[in-house]
Amino acid sequence: MAKTAQPVSASQWFLGALSLPRKWRVGPGPIIAAIVLTVIVLSAIFAPYYVPFDPMHMESTKRLQPPGGEYILGTDPFGRDMFSRVVTGGRISLLIGIGAAVISVFFGLLIGLVAGFFRMADAIIMRIMDSLMSIPAILLAIALVSLSGASVGSVIIAITIPEIPRVVRLVRSVVLSAREEPYVEAATALGSSMPKILTKHLMPNTMAPLIVQGTYICASAILIEAILSFLGAGVSTETPTWGNIMAEGRDYFQINPGLIFWPGLMLSLCILSINLIGDTARDLLDPRLKKREA
Amino acid sequence: MLGYIIRRILAVIPVMLIVAIFVFLMLRLSPGDPAAILAGDSATAAQIEKIRTELGLNDPLHIQFITWMGQLLQGDLGTSLISKTGVVDMIANRINPTINLALMTIIISVLLAVPMGVAAAWRHRTWVDYLVMSFSVLGFSIPVFVIGYIFMAIFALGLGWFPVQGYRAPTEDFFGFLLRAILPSLTLATIYVALIARMTRASMLEVLGEDYIRTARAKGVKENSVLFRHALRNAAVPIMTIIGIGFALLIGGVVVTESVFNIPGIGRLTVDAILARDYPVIQAIILLTAGIYVLINLLIDLSYTLLDPRIRY
Amino acid sequence: MKFKSRNFEGAETVLDIKDLSVNLPNQETVAPILDRISLNIRAGETACLVGESGSGKSVTSLAVMGLLPKGALEVTGGKITLEDRELLGLSHNELRHMRARRMAMIFQEPMTALNPVMRVGDQIDEVLQIHADMSASERKARVLDIMEQVHLPDVKRIYGSYPHQLSGGQRQRIMIAMALVLQPKLLIADEPTTALDVTTQAQILRLIAELQEKQGTAVLFITHDMGVVSEIADTVHVMKEGQIVEQAPVEKLLREPREDYTQKLLKAVPSLIPRKVRPPKSDDQVLQVQGMKKIYGGGGIFVKKEGTLAAQDVSFSIARGRTLGIVGESGSGKSTVARCVMRLIDPTEGEVRVDGNEIARLSRRQLRPYRRFIQIVFQDPFRSLNPRWKVGESLIEGPLNYGISRAEAMKQAGDLMELVGLPRDVLDRYPHQFSGGQRQRIAIARAVAMKPDVLVADEAVSALDVSIQAQVLDLLGDIQDKLGVAILFITHDLRVAAQICDDIVVMQNGLIVEYNSASEVLANPQHEYTRALTEAAPGREWDFANFCELKKTA
Repeated sequence: MAKTAQPVSASQWFLGALSLPRKWRVGPGPIIAAIVLTVIVLSAIFAPYYVPFDPMHMESTKRLQPPGGEYILGTDPFGRDMFSRVVTGGRISLLIGIGAAVISVFFGLLIGLVAGFFRMADAIIMRIMDSLMSIPAILLAIALVSLSGASVGSVIIAITIPEIPRVVRLVRSVVLSAREEPYVEAATALGSSMPKILTKHLMPNTMAPLIVQGTYICASAILIEAILSFLGAGVSTETPTWGNIMAEGRDYFQINPGLIFWPGLMLSLCILSINLIGDTARDLLDPRLKKREA
Repeated sequence: MLGYIIRRILAVIPVMLIVAIFVFLMLRLSPGDPAAILAGDSATAAQIEKIRTELGLNDPLHIQFITWMGQLLQGDLGTSLISKTGVVDMIANRINPTINLALMTIIISVLLAVPMGVAAAWRHRTWVDYLVMSFSVLGFSIPVFVIGYIFMAIFALGLGWFPVQGYRAPTEDFFGFLLRAILPSLTLATIYVALIARMTRASMLEVLGEDYIRTARAKGVKENSVLFRHALRNAAVPIMTIIGIGFALLIGGVVVTESVFNIPGIGRLTVDAILARDYPVIQAIILLTAGIYVLINLLIDLSYTLLDPRIRY
Repeated sequence: MKFKSRNFEGAETVLDIKDLSVNLPNQETVAPILDRISLNIRAGETACLVGESGSGKSVTSLAVMGLLPKGALEVTGGKITLEDRELLGLSHNELRHMRARRMAMIFQEPMTALNPVMRVGDQIDEVLQIHADMSASERKARVLDIMEQVHLPDVKRIYGSYPHQLSGGQRQRIMIAMALVLQPKLLIADEPTTALDVTTQAQILRLIAELQEKQGTAVLFITHDMGVVSEIADTVHVMKEGQIVEQAPVEKLLREPREDYTQKLLKAVPSLIPRKVRPPKSDDQVLQVQGMKKIYGGGGIFVKKEGTLAAQDVSFSIARGRTLGIVGESGSGKSTVARCVMRLIDPTEGEVRVDGNEIARLSRRQLRPYRRFIQIVFQDPFRSLNPRWKVGESLIEGPLNYGISRAEAMKQAGDLMELVGLPRDVLDRYPHQFSGGQRQRIAIARAVAMKPDVLVADEAVSALDVSIQAQVLDLLGDIQDKLGVAILFITHDLRVAAQICDDIVVMQNGLIVEYNSASEVLANPQHEYTRALTEAAPGREWDFANFCELKKTA
């Protein structure tokens, strides 16, 4: 273990701060995933500047056109350009993914820290979380959306609520095991106050697992958005999302499989990239994490 | 032992109570007037007021809850707003296809996923491992209905091996049931296999690093015996846990798969209820699935004591 | 002291290792893990492989068994011959058939080396199922027989027990039964008693010797403990950094060690002779514990549950500048006492006075002003510093809590680094850049930064190699001389206690059984348990540091 002294560089500070293994070894998979994801994100952000057609414009004479020619990916049952719709649809899908990840990590961290640190609150919080987890996420989201109306905001909230218990459990378990570490006990002996121990010693331990969990939530939120749309409980069809493009193409699937295939492909590639990056981050950040997830 | 079982069963009560409160509040506290939501868009003020009195919505919240819980405990889940029939009957009519589909999916998943996970852990960092892990990431990344349509396009429309859609009860025509249930089951199984294989691999990797595995090898135990007799049983608890937790995922998948393959089960009932905003039905389905989830996880918890003698009550 | 001095000329060679090299795969440039080591063991002989952690002892044993972790380590040269068969180059299956029949192995951690979900009887039976052609009833009889031979009580009941239902010593007996049921020619024992208490260790060593005599087994015994070596070895092989630096019969090695490294190892073995009596410098009792009791668990909302009694009637006191040792085996309650004194856990009953202030009943908030006076150093150097913080940050954490300015605290931290023998610039580095011994110095500095009156050292040197252990003990002594701090030293190791303690408390099952000056406790133990402890200490008649018999004083 004895390491010869090296000057501390910024990268080493970063690795130390996340307690990463000193060796970064990344295979080609995650790098390709990162490139694919970057392309998808950029193409979605800049979609309005380069799409050939207004994704909302219906051309009743050009319904269900096959791919090729004027329409790269053909047109949908209302005569709208599929290519324009698919790249534009990524904007809302990604927004929902990132929104759900950020919100659920934020609230999950807050509640999880409280549960991990205060015994009294723990029992009550965990019962509520158990109850929330016992309702299948998709059903819960469906019910919430159908009650509150199908806006982007309500879809994000509906996806976030079932994810929060998972984050809470993760944060709580990290806090509970970190509390047992001798360095935390030493801090108590050194007279550090509870809030200081919580923020300076315990919270940093949750950062690496939360980054990983956040990527998974982002991926699963995009997926759930698609399923909600598919079931008719998603964002209204006036704003294209990958999910509702596929939902609208459902009935014409046998005529033109591309109606589901292209948005499905974009969606799957996007989620695949996020998941691969998440897996890589997890392997690098903390091999013990495998035990805690699920 | 008996004391432990009773305590575990008692612990279910607060969880289900909170679910019930949640389901109750969901409708009452949602933005907008529940009576107006229930009455639908074209209702007149008088109609809404009538529903309001019928449902006791003018009573204070806690009285409403007590009435509602009282009915619930008597097995009365209310009446559908659309078909005006009892929700319990509606669910009873639709539950069989869903149970059959779910059972078949679980069997297929466990039979596929556990050997895959074991193989991946055993051949850690080889092509076997990478193949299993790639499949698993893929399974998590493709929406279940897209998988359904892909299977349908290839095996039903393309190769013509299976009927495109539909359902047949196994009691009438078992072969017909199998023929129609295989594609939906495989569709549903994809994500479940991904989940279980992943957990099996992680759990096995951990166990294979344990000292007693080295002991087993040191006494000359055959490799497959090391894997299945020594390692898998020690790795079983997290695998069982994920099977239980994954059940929630399965329910979500059922809803989608049934509408892709046009199977008249609970999933379709759910979708119809959502589209029609038939709230009593949605409430009942949420309560039912949460109840089944809690029950399954309770059984799995109790099974730990059989799997691992160290777990005591 | 009587050493083993049998003559093995003419005895058949059981294991012959020639020029064995082990390396990381594809890394020829790195120093090899094992560098051309050679040794041989004859029937009935016990060869001890000694060395500090990382010297390659365990790798040697795993290489013989063919159990090197795949892909992580590989044999790059040499020969391993067992009786007349060359082991390297055997197929996986051939090697598997050799295990348990020709060669067997027992491991360090009896807690984890047995399969937790299989009955122990079945685990022994499995060996017979694989390697012997016997009926079920024959196998059962044989298993019960070997269980008798390892002196397990009530073998029929234990046959059906799971490992977690047995004590550490019993589990190690099961391991031995499993290893020897087929009477292999070679037994490899990798630190088999390190995780056990001294009294259990003595029993297990006796058992191995007994079965070895009965079966004529050759034993390769791996240990870091020179006391154990002196008791059991015929021949000793000293390893350092992947090489065998010295091989000799045990008496020769202990009397006339040739190599510097061997001498250094022997000199670092703490002596059982208590330190010279120091007259107390002051009467000022800085830590007084009176009638302390701790019950874990208990309570319960509906049913009153019985808690576990961890400590009871514990009373002692330490004067400024003195060292009190609490010695006991695992489960004796010694660590519970340390944690109660620190108020990391709350004592159920009794008083704790630090500088005369009663702290046992104070609330967390009321306690904070008094925390400064009593500090602790933990056992595990790898977990006692926050891995995300620079060493400097860890060192000033305490002083900042007590209103010292950052600049001032940093300056003091630098001084402290010099006090514990590290350069000032370590303040800018992270804990992972240091060895275990260095980290323990940092942890000591962190505690001392608070200028405490009492320093609690909870097994603070137990995780360290002997040579590092000696240095850290010296450091604690130095600090005490300079700062006059009182030390409460918790340890399971009588030798270590003898080196540093003025007074010793011996604990057993949560009770103090003896409390006296160190010289009295060690030379003239009153309680039966203390006598058992001293008698079980391996090599207690030998003065390792001076290469001769221990001269009895008094």
